[in-house]
Amino acid sequence: MSKVMVVTSGKGGVGKTTSTAALGAALAQAGQSVVLVDFDVGLRNLDLILGAERRVVFDLVNVVQGDAKLPQALIRDKRLESLYLLPASQTRDKDALTNDGVQAVIAELRERFDWIVCDSPAGIEKGATLAMRFADVAVVVANPEVSSVRDSDRIIGMLDSKTLRAERGEDIEKHLLITRYDAARAARGEMMKVEDVLEILAVPLLGVVAESPEVLTASNLGCPVTLHNPTGPAARSYSLAARRLMGEDVPMEAPASRRGLMSRLFGRKAAA
Amino acid sequence: MNLLSLFNRHRSTAPVARERLQVLLAHERALDGRADLAAVLQQEILEVIGRHIPVDRDKVLVKLERGGHVSTLAIDIEMPEAALARG
Repeated sequence: MSKVMVVTSGKGGVGKTTSTAALGAALAQAGQSVVLVDFDVGLRNLDLILGAERRVVFDLVNVVQGDAKLPQALIRDKRLESLYLLPASQTRDKDALTNDGVQAVIAELRERFDWIVCDSPAGIEKGATLAMRFADVAVVVANPEVSSVRDSDRIIGMLDSKTLRAERGEDIEKHLLITRYDAARAARGEMMKVEDVLEILAVPLLGVVAESPEVLTASNLGCPVTLHNPTGPAARSYSLAARRLMGEDVPMEAPASRRGLMSRLFGRKAAA
Repeated sequence: MNLLSLFNRHRSTAPVARERLQVLLAHERALDGRADLAAVLQQEILEVIGRHIPVDRDKVLVKLERGGHVSTLAIDIEMPEAALARG
């Protein structure tokens, strides 16, 4: 049975697109057929993170408006044969998407894929509400920082009221993914701990991704972090999260400190 | 950077963030009509007390601990001596 999953956050820059690419690739690496749908019309970036920016011919808006057939717009990943991308339009405005049009495209995607992963734009406007509208599952991406947690709370409220499932009185499966976590700073009381964020948002934890230089490296190269460096800490966190999404009971691991005490001291000295 | 400033920067700010968020979100959830019981109680208790004595909002400490199974609400209100004497 296919699942429609939205990756959302409210706030921008917390790691939605990175997480969409990494989770989608991890699901595909686990043998699932996956399509990533970029809902950020006008500011598309998922194509760039996946290294497919030069292969975009048709996009979501073309399909919704009937200017292209779905198979013409789907881009197959060169590394993972069960991973596809449906890019957003870069030139059109966000009003180009309609409720009915998106619903029809999602229905068509449901017949072809196990997972339809919708990368939401930031904000709470039409693009974000359309990205979550038809979701069965939501991954709320948050940084352990006040503005991100506040916006996540707002988005959780919208998931519980504005989605089709919510309107039908059905549950929408919600998961919290904490990114850019620094265990050392949390231990020193400089950053909210995972438990703090969980207590405030009261949504079950899908995973914790530590702040990590490999994320930028992977994005520089246009490669999902789970493919670029599969054994690194970020890739590991995303891979475990993907297995949890597939229903496996995978125990949570304590997020590792990015740097040890000595390197922190030396790093600080160098910076001072 | 001297030694003292090295120690000073270890002051915990995370608990401040956590508490600010808890108070703010309880308020914002109430506006959205998705307040939990603890937040509704918080508001109503303040209103009831306000009917009898003037409550200075700055002298009210509200702590909301949210948990999976149990949430606790602690309200600490500083009551002016004059108001109590009148009762």
